[in-house]
Amino acid sequence: MTMSSVGRPTQPQAAEGSAGHASLTGARALLQDEPLLFELGGWDKTGVDLPQAEFDASDLGDLVRAAPIGLPGLSEPETLRHYVRLSQKNHAIDLALYPLGSCTMKHNPRLNEKMARLPGFADLHPLAPAATAQGALALMDRLAHWLKTLTGMPAVAMSPKAGAHGELCGLLCIRAAHEAAGQGHRRRVLVPTSAHGTNPATAAFVGYSVQEIAQTTDGRVDLADLEAKLGPDVAAIMVTNPNTCGLFERDIVEIARVAHAHGAYFYCDGANFNAIVGRVRPGDLGVDAMHINLHKTFSTPHGGGGPGAGPVVLSDALAPFAPAPWVVHGSEGLSLAEHDTGFGRMTAFHGQMGMFVRAYAYMRSHGADGLRQVAEDAVLNANYIKARLSAAMTPAFPDGPCMHEALFDDSWLEGTGVTTLDFAKAMIDEGFHPMTMYFPLVVHGAMLIEPTETESRRELDRFCDALLALAQVAKAGDVQRFKGAPYLAPLRRLDETLAARKPKLAWRPEPTTVAPAPLAAE
Amino acid sequence: MRYLPLTASDRAQMLGVIGASSIDDLFVDVPKSARRAGLFDLPPHAGELEVERELGALAALNRPAGAGPFFCGAGAYRHHVPASVDHIIQRSEFLTSYTPYQPEIAQGTLQVLFEFQTQVAALTGLDVANASMYDGSTATAEAVMMAKRVTRREKAVLSGGLHPHYAAVTQTIAHAEGMTIERLAAAIDAEAAVIAAIDADTACVVVQTPNVFGVVTDVSAIAEAAHAAGALLIVVTTEAVSFGLLKSPGEMGADIAVAEGQSIGNALNFGGPYVGLFAAREKLVRQMPGRLCGETVDAEGRRGFVLTLSTREQHIRREKATSNICTNSGLCALAFTIHLSLLGEAGLRQLAAINHGKARALKTALEVIPGVEILTPRFFNEIAIRTPGSAAALVEAMLADGVVGGVPYSRLAPDAGLDDVLLLAVTETTTPEDIAALSAALTRRIGQ
Amino acid sequence: MRFTKDHEWVEMDGDVAIVGITGYAAEQLGDVVFVETPEVGKAYKAGENFAVVESVKAASDVYAPISGEVVEANGILSGSPDTVNAAPEAAGWFAKLKPANPAEFDALMDRHAYEQYLQTL
Repeated sequence: MTMSSVGRPTQPQAAEGSAGHASLTGARALLQDEPLLFELGGWDKTGVDLPQAEFDASDLGDLVRAAPIGLPGLSEPETLRHYVRLSQKNHAIDLALYPLGSCTMKHNPRLNEKMARLPGFADLHPLAPAATAQGALALMDRLAHWLKTLTGMPAVAMSPKAGAHGELCGLLCIRAAHEAAGQGHRRRVLVPTSAHGTNPATAAFVGYSVQEIAQTTDGRVDLADLEAKLGPDVAAIMVTNPNTCGLFERDIVEIARVAHAHGAYFYCDGANFNAIVGRVRPGDLGVDAMHINLHKTFSTPHGGGGPGAGPVVLSDALAPFAPAPWVVHGSEGLSLAEHDTGFGRMTAFHGQMGMFVRAYAYMRSHGADGLRQVAEDAVLNANYIKARLSAAMTPAFPDGPCMHEALFDDSWLEGTGVTTLDFAKAMIDEGFHPMTMYFPLVVHGAMLIEPTETESRRELDRFCDALLALAQVAKAGDVQRFKGAPYLAPLRRLDETLAARKPKLAWRPEPTTVAPAPLAAE
Repeated sequence: MRYLPLTASDRAQMLGVIGASSIDDLFVDVPKSARRAGLFDLPPHAGELEVERELGALAALNRPAGAGPFFCGAGAYRHHVPASVDHIIQRSEFLTSYTPYQPEIAQGTLQVLFEFQTQVAALTGLDVANASMYDGSTATAEAVMMAKRVTRREKAVLSGGLHPHYAAVTQTIAHAEGMTIERLAAAIDAEAAVIAAIDADTACVVVQTPNVFGVVTDVSAIAEAAHAAGALLIVVTTEAVSFGLLKSPGEMGADIAVAEGQSIGNALNFGGPYVGLFAAREKLVRQMPGRLCGETVDAEGRRGFVLTLSTREQHIRREKATSNICTNSGLCALAFTIHLSLLGEAGLRQLAAINHGKARALKTALEVIPGVEILTPRFFNEIAIRTPGSAAALVEAMLADGVVGGVPYSRLAPDAGLDDVLLLAVTETTTPEDIAALSAALTRRIGQ
Repeated sequence: MRFTKDHEWVEMDGDVAIVGITGYAAEQLGDVVFVETPEVGKAYKAGENFAVVESVKAASDVYAPISGEVVEANGILSGSPDTVNAAPEAAGWFAKLKPANPAEFDALMDRHAYEQYLQTL
């Protein structure tokens, strides 16, 4: 026989001293240590090839910039490396469960991305003549029809750019309606203590004072307290339903009735619409205005913090006050009414068209039947998590079902030395993004878990198993696993005090670094 | 349904674990009157192919800007975006992540935001920038309200050269917050009238350069006048590529600079999503709206980034917040930052020079057309002209020639009495053939 | 030194009152990252918002413990807000006031009463 003894070993050698091993470069295998663009790039480097233009700005005289801007450039391969390396330091829905309560982190279908990039939508100018934008106007019109049908509301203002912008739009409609009716003295808004921070912020923004409504022990609006606080100076109530405790407001119809009886409008924060889409119409509950976060319920991607989209559905009473623009049906097709409508204008153009295309593709994909199933599976998944985790953790409202999110308090951690924050940070080491913490404010050490309908049972079980295992070691006294967590993430816990005390909000060259020379070639 | 992983048997077993007999048990808190048994009157679910057909058919009804000669600007500009920009922003880790509230597993997004803030500060010539706003128009309104907080005055003066939609948004939002908004009359060189409108009650003056008529202005004198009266100067820019050629707002004395960042990295998208740029002098940072990303260290001393100064924001400050903004334009900011990394200093300057060169070529072509009066004395890449009749009718007529011949000013402000003003923008995507087609169409239609 | 139920302290230095937040308050807030001190020359009534103190996670209003006009604000706090944690009842003072009504000072709790009050929280 021929016998070759050269080659590499094909079994791992005995592992020695692997724990705490540190590389020489700061990299951790696939995870690269990546400097800032400003430390990498060159002042004369570029990743584009532009034609040589004869530079002549003589007509602009001293309006021309003399000093360098300070923008380093990268070639294309370096650009790809830089941002791909950075991307690998992010958690993402496509990687694992992202159970942020109140955020509805569901799967983002890629068909939607493909549709939004069709040149007919992406390469369409907002001020292109209406005759050249009939398809875009038709899409806005169809999306509006779906939103109105799903909410049971007669009108929708499409232009708000995100949820909080939608809240502002809704409150401005309410203010305009009151002023038109000679009720401009109504300047008080009632908001439950469990509300999203944007609610009181928005109310204050339009010059309203904010008063809190108490909550009952079962996590709902205290109807008696609401009635006691309603009066002739109340402009609106702002109630989230399902609420931020993940519960449906059982008395919602009565809440709307008493608000209306006192001349106030009912603004509903629609952040949690995912729990009821296709099953319950807010219009049947007495809502006057509600924003819909297309980036929550209708799957447009969160993109690391936006863009969102927040169309606002409106009741008959508020519809006349909606802001420009509107899609109008005429003899020559569709057009936009861009002036002289409602209380004014929320944004320069017509809203988040790119998000409209994505949301519409999502709705058409699901259809009436699929959307109903979305709500049912979202609620089922949350109740499943609540049932499984209740074995070790304490649900804030144990009685009755929750809606699309399960809320726990921290009483089960009492005596362990582990806080909600510690527990959440330990989840990172187990491969999961933490849940929403310390919100709503009405529950001590709150942990708000929203799985959404796009999680498989296997993934839900993996998540529950991990949390139950963590709960067990927390109760067994392994405090260090939590206090120092995360250990395995790209970075350990960050010093937020330092960041806030000595804010460093932009890269600045070290004093020794030579400033870039002005470009000579121009 | 392809997006729903649960099977019928999963659902049945899970109901068993919960101890519910049917899904309806989980909706018992919904009042009976609001429970709907059947499906809504909407079509049933559809496969990818069917959805693509419907949306493809709608898209085909539109004429994309790239389909032929195209001259619309007025706040949104068609620029070429390198292929790698769109590739990177579609990576799962950027596209499908949330606001970086857990910094240990969001350093990718946070470092990008830090780079974005640094780039925006550099472009605008100011010290600090935030992590983006919805768009240029809402950024303008936010800047005006910030000036109120800084100066404790309630009047804002808006130049007549400010984009009318920006003025309308500011009027709507800042007025709602209790401010008095004084909008000066629209005029080509409207900046000349601004100084006279500043008084002791003025919180800020808002000036756009290049303005809505394309006019480039040195606002230094306005800055001096504003500062002498204790007011802030807010400079608005709707065409971010112009930063590559023109003096920055900071150099000219601006206290706050806001801009529409769409031109860099982002498609036209029929008006959104776009990305608002917001920068200010360092001493004003605590009054800034929106998210801010800051540098710090982790428990092992390694450099890292976090959202910071968040006590300004709605989720902590609630009714005392500097703004109600929450979601911003993260992914559009990423596209902006990638495109600007590809351009670099040299590339952006070159791109700006090309844009300006195209506008000079446009001007040369327009000068010889009988009946056309060029109104913009100093421009970057946009020129306003006066036409013999209605500019809107002219645009309508030129469509028949296959030319999308700009934005009639009356579309932005029907009551301004400027029905004969037409705004024409060019970019690096405009070819000499496009300009020739526009010239021919203008000549023919004006002659009719 | 006298104290309020909102955890501000006042100490008279001649005819000027020095005002700050108590050690208890500083500890409850955690790491102080920013202090907005009142404007010199501005007059406040007792109980009015006159300063803001921020930790990373919270912003708290500070109320004027007595009525008066601000004659000096503590400049150290803008660069070193951590002084509030290090020495809340000394170098971490917020402002000096010219009292409008000396009787207001006398009506506040003394240290013993304040400590008793803390026991009830």
